[in-house]
Amino acid sequence: MSKEIKHYLGDKDVQVILGTLLRVGVIVSTCIVLIGGIIFMSSHTQTVVSFEHFKPEEAKFSSVADIILGLKNFEGLAIIQFGVLLLIFTPIARVVFSIFSFLMEKDYMYVIIGLIVLCVIIASLYLDVTH
Amino acid sequence: MTVLLFTLIVLIGAFLAGLLGSLTGLGGGVIIIPLLTLGLGVDIHYAIGASIISVIATSSGSAAAYVKEGITNVRIGMFLEIATTISAIVGVLIATAIKADYIIVIFGVILLFSAFMMLKKKVDHSNNEQTSVLANYFKLNGSYPTEGGMKQYAVHHVVGGFAMMFVAGTLSGLLGIGSGALKVIGMDNIMKIPFKVSTTTSNFMIGVTAAASALVYLHKGQIDPVIAMPVTLGVICGATIGAKILIKTKTDKLKIVFAVVVTFLALQMIYKGLTGNA
Repeated sequence: MSKEIKHYLGDKDVQVILGTLLRVGVIVSTCIVLIGGIIFMSSHTQTVVSFEHFKPEEAKFSSVADIILGLKNFEGLAIIQFGVLLLIFTPIARVVFSIFSFLMEKDYMYVIIGLIVLCVIIASLYLDVTH
Repeated sequence: MTVLLFTLIVLIGAFLAGLLGSLTGLGGGVIIIPLLTLGLGVDIHYAIGASIISVIATSSGSAAAYVKEGITNVRIGMFLEIATTISAIVGVLIATAIKADYIIVIFGVILLFSAFMMLKKKVDHSNNEQTSVLANYFKLNGSYPTEGGMKQYAVHHVVGGFAMMFVAGTLSGLLGIGSGALKVIGMDNIMKIPFKVSTTTSNFMIGVTAAASALVYLHKGQIDPVIAMPVTLGVICGATIGAKILIKTKTDKLKIVFAVVVTFLALQMIYKGLTGNA
């Protein structure tokens, strides 16, 4: 009985950490997007934009490397994109976190299942689909 | 259109999308895409890129609220994510290969289906007959807290559920949506998982699945920061407020009104796709 209670408490701790992780992830990425937005808007409010036609060749910050490079130059759009990137990584962090908690539970089948999911996501990072 | 005007319109639209999406359980993507394509003439590729970001934002935002209740079945989620992440990437690849008009028509059809599913009364099929060999092998059966103590439940038709998740993931990658309606069919109807568990678990899966497709869309240049900025800010504000209102209000009437709006948008999308005005 006592073992069961302990296990349940352990689960609760994991849930609390996970909830905090998700909330922090969303708040931090939102703030970064907002900061980038303010920097960009401060000099571009009257710039005319059109998204009527998809022009992938004109996409400026479409890889992690480009975004980091733009960050160094303090470019508003790069900062927005970095915030977006962080937002994308929030659910991925949840997968990594779950893998660790399976590892602590010594549930190796689910460590492997979690790693498969993580590998698919990492593969998507390297997938080159541009024409 | 100037950046200022564009940002303001998208900001308000995304706020409403996040608000209504969380109140009705339909998610943000289904409104963001028609708003951008029909309302502002944005190319469907950019609209999908913006939508997938809104899906992640809503998912993580509401997950943080749900997680405290501790009813997500991480094993079911992780197990099915093998199907949803692989198929999401397949979906993105299909999107690259087919004409934009087809994507718009498929989106319209899924939108109609989602509106229908939103109004359909949900039936809880859950029970505790642990008959599925696969569910036992993969340790998918679980329990959740109720007023009368912990309640056990068994998972059924693992193969069927897994296959349904493959369809849901493909559409998620293809259209930049969460595919919540299809995940509900897979989890509630096929696998017979109780609502309390399926809602939060499907939300977990939606975020992870969207993350996989979002990275591919980023590389394809479909996530434009000028659109992503107001979409992210608007959706997160709207969804947060929506989650707070949801605890206190009944949403039955809102769902009917929303279903009518969504049906109208769906028909317009189908028309747009068929007439080639994309």
